[in-house]
Amino acid sequence: MRYDALILGAGMSGLGAGIRLAQAGKRVAVLERHYLWGGLNSFYKRAGRRFETGLHALTNFVPKGVPNVPLTRILRQLRIPHDALRLAPQRHSKSALRLANGETLQLEYSNDLARMRASVARLFPAEIDGFERLVAALPGYSDASESDRTTSARVRLAEFVREPRLVELLMIAPLFYGSPTERDMSWAEYGILFRSIHLEGMARPEGGIKALLELLVERYRAEGGELRMRTGVAAILHKDGRVTGVRLDDGTELECERVLSSAGLVETQALCGEPRASEDDPRIGRLSFVEVCCVLDRAPLELGHDTTIVFYSDSERFLYERPETPVEPRAGVITCPSNYLTSVPDAEPLVRVTCPANHGFWTGLDESRYADEKARAVDAMLATAESFSFPIRPHTVFRDSFTPRTIERFTGHRGGAVYGSPIKRRDGQTDLRGLELIGTDQGLVGVVGALLSGISIANRSVLAPSGGVA
Amino acid sequence: MTRDEIVLAIKDIIATIAPDEELGGLELEVRLRDQIELDSMDFLDIVMELRKRYGVQVPEEDYMQLATLKGCVDYLGPKLESKALVLTALKG
Repeated sequence: MRYDALILGAGMSGLGAGIRLAQAGKRVAVLERHYLWGGLNSFYKRAGRRFETGLHALTNFVPKGVPNVPLTRILRQLRIPHDALRLAPQRHSKSALRLANGETLQLEYSNDLARMRASVARLFPAEIDGFERLVAALPGYSDASESDRTTSARVRLAEFVREPRLVELLMIAPLFYGSPTERDMSWAEYGILFRSIHLEGMARPEGGIKALLELLVERYRAEGGELRMRTGVAAILHKDGRVTGVRLDDGTELECERVLSSAGLVETQALCGEPRASEDDPRIGRLSFVEVCCVLDRAPLELGHDTTIVFYSDSERFLYERPETPVEPRAGVITCPSNYLTSVPDAEPLVRVTCPANHGFWTGLDESRYADEKARAVDAMLATAESFSFPIRPHTVFRDSFTPRTIERFTGHRGGAVYGSPIKRRDGQTDLRGLELIGTDQGLVGVVGALLSGISIANRSVLAPSGGVA
Repeated sequence: MTRDEIVLAIKDIIATIAPDEELGGLELEVRLRDQIELDSMDFLDIVMELRKRYGVQVPEEDYMQLATLKGCVDYLGPKLESKALVLTALKG
């Protein structure tokens, strides 16, 4: 019994790849170590309540029928009608930058670029022409040049926008939405993220990420795909430079033609037998987060907060980096799932706050101090977040939080690196024939990007059934 | 399958791979790509479904023959003659 393909991880990329391969009539199994689907975009239960991980939003939102954009393309490939996602668009979101004098600059945007234009014009009237030129010059999804991939986004932005505070504001959301590198990203990546967030937009599936995952699992099974939960892969087996199968945690060996791994670059190489990389290996991403979810006694709207997502920087220099301290409360994201234009309000409103954190601190922490340190970090985060939103703590009836340690444990990503390695393999290729990377380390981010990653690599597998190129 | 059934078979495949497209008014002799949103990947999916449903292999050099519904009927007619129509998306 030999599989055409085994897929490591039932996250967005693994399920996307699985659906495509099953549609093509391939014998395929998705192997997931955890008992839940989703990977970096998942959900969990705590004290009878369901919480989600990730930023709650789907970027790349477009209404039904808009051609030649990522969302339409992935829905087509997965054979999911747009209506089935029941996407609720955002109200509006903003990036906020607090200056040294205490003043806060707020750049507002929605799924209509006009709102962002107006906001730029209001904040920096002299920069609006530069902003328009910037939008026109953004690299596209697939036409970025080699120099776009090696040029700094900050350097390019400064060519269009003279005001450094506007450059900082324009970096906040794209960095938070998916940069595996600190402070800056390439111009090519910036183009993709700006398009995903600002030219297309943000929405949330009714029922949250769980509903989307259920839809994907249902599609996958309907196409005849096999899904094995609580099935961890201990090793990828290979001979003479070519994949032969995998060995599961329980010792069982499965034979296959090819392996698509969403485990991550360094994690996949470890499964192939490479010695465990040290914590400071440059292939391990440095960005991880502490996230807190607060259940509220009333909706944020009733508290005067109508923003869907606030990306904030409490310092003039946006500190998107691994902090020396346990957590960096001065850089964060506040998301309110009930602030989408939804017709199905959540049973209990909640708000979540996410800030960069120091992975080594949280994994090295003695168990007896973990809970106290977490409570302290979360209090510091909420204190700053409140200055960009509304009084969260007085209205919190229950809260749950997680740290880089939790992220690493449940996703297997070294460093708890939510956006993976700074080194991306855009073609998914590895040194082994028949082994390909999908997911975050193939370089596409967000829910839509991850699905696209799995789909595109699976498509290539289907089109090159003999085992592909080395 | 009759010629009419082949048209239905193709429409059903398109309805399966492109659930958001409106197929009611498809013209027989106008290129499919000019009537609905289909890219080259979608085209490969049509070929893939023909193989899955009817065991019909379409070599790459023949893809051009499938550009219109009439082209599909002419090209697939002999290959599908003895096959029974399979409907998944357009049932009922």
